[in-house]
Amino acid sequence: MKKTGAEIVWEMLRREGVEVAFGIPGGAIMHTYHPRQDFGIHHVLMRHEQCAAHAADGYARVSGKVGVAIATSGPGATNLVTGIATAFMDSSPIVCITGQVPSSLIGTDAFQETDITGVTLPVTKHNYLVTDVADLAATIHEAFYIARSGRPGPVLIDLPKDVQIASTEFVVPDEEVNLPGYHPVGAGAPELVKQAAALINKAERPIILAGQGVLMSKAMQELRAFVEKAEIPVALTLLGKGGFPESHPLALGMMGMHGEAYVNQAIQESDLIMAFGMRFDDRVTGKLDLYTPGAQRIHVDADAAELGKIVAVDLPILGDLRQVLQQLIPLVEEKSHPAWIEKIQEWRSDSHRRDILNRPENGHLVAAHFINDIWEATEGQAIVVTDVGQHQMWAAQYYLNDVPYSVVTSGGLGTMGFGLPAAIGAQFGQPDREVWMIAGDGGFQMTMHDLATVVQEKLPIRIALANNNCLGMVRQWQEFFYEKRYESTILLNPDFVKLVEAYGIPAWRATTRSEARNAIAQARKVDGPSFVEFQIAKEGEDGNVYPMVPAGAALHDMIRRSHPASDEE
Amino acid sequence: MQSTLVVLVEDKPGVLNRVASLFRRRAYNIESLSVGHTQQPGVSRMTIVVDSTHTNVEMVVQNLYKLVSVIQVHNVTDTPAVMRDLALIKISADGGASRAEIMQIVETFRARVVDVGLKTLMVEVTGTDDKINGLVDVLRPYGIVEMVRTGRVAMARGTGASVGDSAGPEGS
Ligand SMILES: Cc1ncc(C[n+]2csc(CCOP(=O)(O)OP(=O)(O)O)c2C)c(N)n1
Repeated sequence: MKKTGAEIVWEMLRREGVEVAFGIPGGAIMHTYHPRQDFGIHHVLMRHEQCAAHAADGYARVSGKVGVAIATSGPGATNLVTGIATAFMDSSPIVCITGQVPSSLIGTDAFQETDITGVTLPVTKHNYLVTDVADLAATIHEAFYIARSGRPGPVLIDLPKDVQIASTEFVVPDEEVNLPGYHPVGAGAPELVKQAAALINKAERPIILAGQGVLMSKAMQELRAFVEKAEIPVALTLLGKGGFPESHPLALGMMGMHGEAYVNQAIQESDLIMAFGMRFDDRVTGKLDLYTPGAQRIHVDADAAELGKIVAVDLPILGDLRQVLQQLIPLVEEKSHPAWIEKIQEWRSDSHRRDILNRPENGHLVAAHFINDIWEATEGQAIVVTDVGQHQMWAAQYYLNDVPYSVVTSGGLGTMGFGLPAAIGAQFGQPDREVWMIAGDGGFQMTMHDLATVVQEKLPIRIALANNNCLGMVRQWQEFFYEKRYESTILLNPDFVKLVEAYGIPAWRATTRSEARNAIAQARKVDGPSFVEFQIAKEGEDGNVYPMVPAGAALHDMIRRSHPASDEE
Repeated sequence: MQSTLVVLVEDKPGVLNRVASLFRRRAYNIESLSVGHTQQPGVSRMTIVVDSTHTNVEMVVQNLYKLVSVIQVHNVTDTPAVMRDLALIKISADGGASRAEIMQIVETFRARVVDVGLKTLMVEVTGTDDKINGLVDVLRPYGIVEMVRTGRVAMARGTGASVGDSAGPEGS
């Protein structure tokens, strides 16, 4: 049967299992939009294309499916770029479809023409400019395959207007995609796996560094079986949260710049690190020359270009983590490391005593309080989407998570403005789960226009605004390292409660712990979206994220909250 | 130090751009890059010379593999291979004496004079970098008016193919 390019787009999206797409129409893509209703795919009209890409990203991260964003040519397409780059850095599978000026006008600086395949080349896993409608169906199928397989990532398809209009005989593409230069990995080399098992069996102070690769290869059960058999503590990266239950006795918590001090100490003192699906980002290693000086290193990753990129490893294993763990489990001995576990426990209890949650309250509302209260109220079962800044780190520290695919945050790119649109996508990806979006007052104002989308789509998202009246994370650096000159970081804010109410969203403001608890309870009762502004301390011990590895310092060399013993002096 | 990579890529629009973009983005130092057709329709072949003093060549190889359009990469630096560069050199030569000298030098280097003008000679030379550099050094005193080099192309010696007869390392 003959179909137009526009119809082929929706037909193929349907065949790829797409239920929802996020976007904004315009001249160069409206022809594609036109037949949408006939194909039963829901479209969410966003208020900015950046948000469309973030929503597709958030959807992908919680659902395990590929997210879809649609934009027109020129400014629509360039607006997607920050969202695409965010998905690229965090290996999130999205497919972006952009309109393009007619083929005959490409290269003439036509109205709203941008070379978007050129622009997005360095931030996509792959991209296409489709010039013949006969290639369209196969291209879309290939794009989805590339986006979700191997190390996932964003793929962009640019569609000139004439290709959308043209008709062709629709042929369903072969299920199997044949790309001569693209081979997602499988099991690890058996010889290397054997060597890894030997290292593990003789290690005395082993530690696992689990990253997002655990979630991507769906290796949660295997990781747990492995960890329990060999009794090895697990530290998580920010994006690794959910790969291993944080309530597990062998779970340490988050590593890195704002990881718990005892976690970083354990990493530095270990004699064997096993990096599973993580990439030694500078935010988790601290100064490289001083990183894990006494440890041998095993690194398992699905991307060969990550092995040996940042740190030298003794045993690089290229493979799908789940399969590698399946290979490893029978080879490792049942073991316990009582002395090592106890040592870590000592460090942990010191950290525990410094934790602000365990200190007497001084009347100030601090972020740890309200995040802990959300965690308690939701019994740790919510999907938590964050923006970027201090609150993001507090959310990672205080919203302990046991459920895979429930933490959505911009780790690699650190994109302010990510939170709200990603939460929209997440709510579509998991419509029956409670979604909490936590943002700072700075980042929230970068994409808060999409509150309108939340309302239009009647999404029951809970929004928690950590208002410290400043660009907190930058201000914290200024407090620590720039003589407290708060250069361009103090915000004069609108009345957020009024503003949110103007969108028709019930809103509360909390300035004390009891108000916070009450507002959280009220907000959770609302049928539809709700909002709570938490007025939190701006600076000092109440307003800073602790602990912290200063830039250029070794991972264990942290700025820490004072120890309670020092208060008594 | 230099490394020579032979890279088979899909012959599709924009592939050269993808490779060039990778080198720029990762700050890899490229010495030369040449690209052309192969015996296989739909497949182009690049020879890329990388400055391996400042660039980790193994990372270049693995990152090339991440490009969907790259089919195979072979580092031929340490394999017996024929490496060739072609240069066209225009030299000023008015007087009779210098002309004769130049002809002799060209002969010695097994190069060829491919064009004779009133005031210039054009020389074509094929060979390794060393050979071409040697010829250029000797010709420079006569006055080089213009020069162009193709960049290196390479092919492994022996019966097998430099690339194409074994699957490359897997990667995505
Ligand atoms: C788009 C973007 N611009 C700038 C930055 C740099 N930056 C990182 S954190 C931060 C402050 C964030 O402030 P806010 O949103 O209020 O959150 P807080 O740190 O106070 O929790 C800034 C400006 C960024 N990460 N992203």
